[in-house]
Amino acid sequence: MSGRVLVGVKRVIDYAVKIRVKADNTGVVTDGVKHSMNPFCEIAVEEAVKLKEKKLVKEVVAVSCGPQQSQETIRTALAMGADRGIHVEVSGKDYETLGPLQVSKIMAALAKKEDAQLIILGKQAIDDDCNQTGQMTAALLDWPQGTFASEVTLDGDKIKVVREIDGGLETIKINTPAVLTADLRLNTPRYATLPNIMKAKKKKIANVKPADLGVNLTSRLEVLKVEDPPQRQAGMKVETVEDLVGKLKEAGKV
Amino acid sequence: MLSCSNQYVFFFSLCRKYTAISSHNQRQSGSASSPAAAPQRLPFSRVTVEDLTFFRKTLPGRAITDPDLVQSSNEDWLKSVRGSSEVLLRPQTTQEVSQILSYCQSRNLAVNPQGGNTGLVGGSVPVYDEIILSTSLMNNILSFDKISGILTCQAGCVLENLSLYLEERDYIMPLDLGAKGSCQIGGNVATNAGGLRLLRYGSLRGTVLGLEVVLADGQVLDCLSTLRKDNTGYDLKQLFIGSEGTLGVITAVSILCPRKPKSVNVVFLGCETFDQLLKSFQLCKGMLGEILSAFEFLDSECMRLLNTHLKLANPISDCPFYIVIETSGSDSDHDSQKLHNFLEEAMTSLLVTDGTVATEESKIKTLWSMRERVTEALTHDGFTYKYDISLPVERIYQLVTDMRQHLGERARSVVGYGHVGDGNLHLNITSSAKDPALLASIEPFIYEWTAKFQGSISAEHGLGLKKRNYIYYSKSRPTVAVMGKMKTLLDPKGILNPYKTLPDDLK
Repeated sequence: MSGRVLVGVKRVIDYAVKIRVKADNTGVVTDGVKHSMNPFCEIAVEEAVKLKEKKLVKEVVAVSCGPQQSQETIRTALAMGADRGIHVEVSGKDYETLGPLQVSKIMAALAKKEDAQLIILGKQAIDDDCNQTGQMTAALLDWPQGTFASEVTLDGDKIKVVREIDGGLETIKINTPAVLTADLRLNTPRYATLPNIMKAKKKKIANVKPADLGVNLTSRLEVLKVEDPPQRQAGMKVETVEDLVGKLKEAGKV
Repeated sequence: MLSCSNQYVFFFSLCRKYTAISSHNQRQSGSASSPAAAPQRLPFSRVTVEDLTFFRKTLPGRAITDPDLVQSSNEDWLKSVRGSSEVLLRPQTTQEVSQILSYCQSRNLAVNPQGGNTGLVGGSVPVYDEIILSTSLMNNILSFDKISGILTCQAGCVLENLSLYLEERDYIMPLDLGAKGSCQIGGNVATNAGGLRLLRYGSLRGTVLGLEVVLADGQVLDCLSTLRKDNTGYDLKQLFIGSEGTLGVITAVSILCPRKPKSVNVVFLGCETFDQLLKSFQLCKGMLGEILSAFEFLDSECMRLLNTHLKLANPISDCPFYIVIETSGSDSDHDSQKLHNFLEEAMTSLLVTDGTVATEESKIKTLWSMRERVTEALTHDGFTYKYDISLPVERIYQLVTDMRQHLGERARSVVGYGHVGDGNLHLNITSSAKDPALLASIEPFIYEWTAKFQGSISAEHGLGLKKRNYIYYSKSRPTVAVMGKMKTLLDPKGILNPYKTLPDDLK
């Protein structure tokens, strides 16, 4: 067993930033806007680093698909404790249409190439909220999947995963190799401490092109329009119950 | 400057002047014989039905007498002082403020100007039945010049709202403080608030370009210039900045705002000793210089309170001292490089034992909250005695250690934090309940200690009610006497924020 974990980290608009729709309604404004690692990906990195600290895995490899700036996101993962990074270069039009299908193909190809034993991803990205990449990757590899994980325990060549589902918590046991996706309560990501930030500067990030992995990036989706949600109407104060009933009747509610 | 022995004699003579506090229900921060307690009520008129009629006519719907509504404006944020005002006025225009003050002066009614009521020295609330004049409804932005960065607004604008407005236009306010969600710019100016960015952008005395002030007789003084340079006569606005509402009511402000930095980094570091902290500061100034925008510290006691009361986890390992450094610059690559070089040097020379860096908005907010929320954590620890001292930088922490030794078991927590980059210490002491014996141990020990090193007994909080009689620890008698003359000149009947800022023995 290689003992190698692949962790996907996505560069997204920082969650504290106010999102603005582009004037031509083709998307949101990303130029000059603060970006950072997807919060669920941070949780995934933290889990992988924890496993390494417990000596249950041997190497943590951080992977990001995107333009040049994705390297910063990989550096953050390295500062948290990942051993090395792989930057899959995707830019321009290809990057605009990059989605879960393409990323999962890339992850599957890398998993085979790197002989990975485990893939940990965030359950979803906060920009598209797709919640698909983990599941698609597992399907392409024909590996079991433990999604919405709030607790992960390695047990020999099996993994016990506690999943957060609508009805409560579900515990499953799956074989390795496997794909896990991290939910909010899996862990609290550590701050990258100075000694690790310094060390991270020296860790390697390899450059790979999707074509090298035999992946076709063509998208089957076309974005027609992106627009703001409708403005919330202001409420109204009334003086008496009669007024309230009157207004409700006017609005055709009663 | 008074010598130590003269100050000692002075303190005793003050004590003898105080008799029992009046029967009005109020809680004071000190005991009946403490210089911080209120003096007897001065012979102002009391509010009559005719007065209320006038207020209601001048401010329809905004002259409030409902006790439930007036109640919160009678008490300060710390819940340490409470007045017994029965009237809360909420003007919307300068003209209304002028009419109110003109009337109050003719009737000899005392007025307590109030902004966000976030002051920490009991200066923002009535002592007795002074009419509360709130600027909360005067919250319009009047103009903003995109090229010069000059913002003109009414005094009741909340600081955070101004920041949000400016950020959308690629500018920021030149000051920032923990109370930003509630404090108003008029109050900031009236108290010459310092805050977290003073290190980089300077004080309000430099950034405020103009003021509109209503004087005690209702006269509107329009010094609302928007010029960077104007040397034509005496600069009257400087009198009102920091006057704590005792010389006039500020109704509008014009202020010079800096551009929003493109690249902001926040670093949270841990040091073993205060000496290393100071050396880190020197290194920081040398290597980060022009991009440094804040240098704050907190001690391990502060961290303990943050962990315990606010459940905020330490981002790094436990250290005796913590530093928050913020850089603001126009180029993230350059700034990262400078920061990286500084951090490498600080670590290899062992000035710093641990640390973490944030560039993302969300993480920056979290790291800043470790420093900004100490005040809040203290309120959960018990009754807090707050001190805000300016000292030569190398002496700052010595006061904290000396105070701990001096108080021993009598205090619950003794913490030190603050704007170490500006030589400003916030020393806070908590106890399970208000404790006059503890207060007597703290004061005047702390003021005498400060005076010994020519420090200021109130670096940025002002004097308000609580510290007015300690002014002589930092200012000479002749100086204070001239202040008294200014007060008499601008407010002959003394109706503006009485019992505050100037010492009782001036009357």
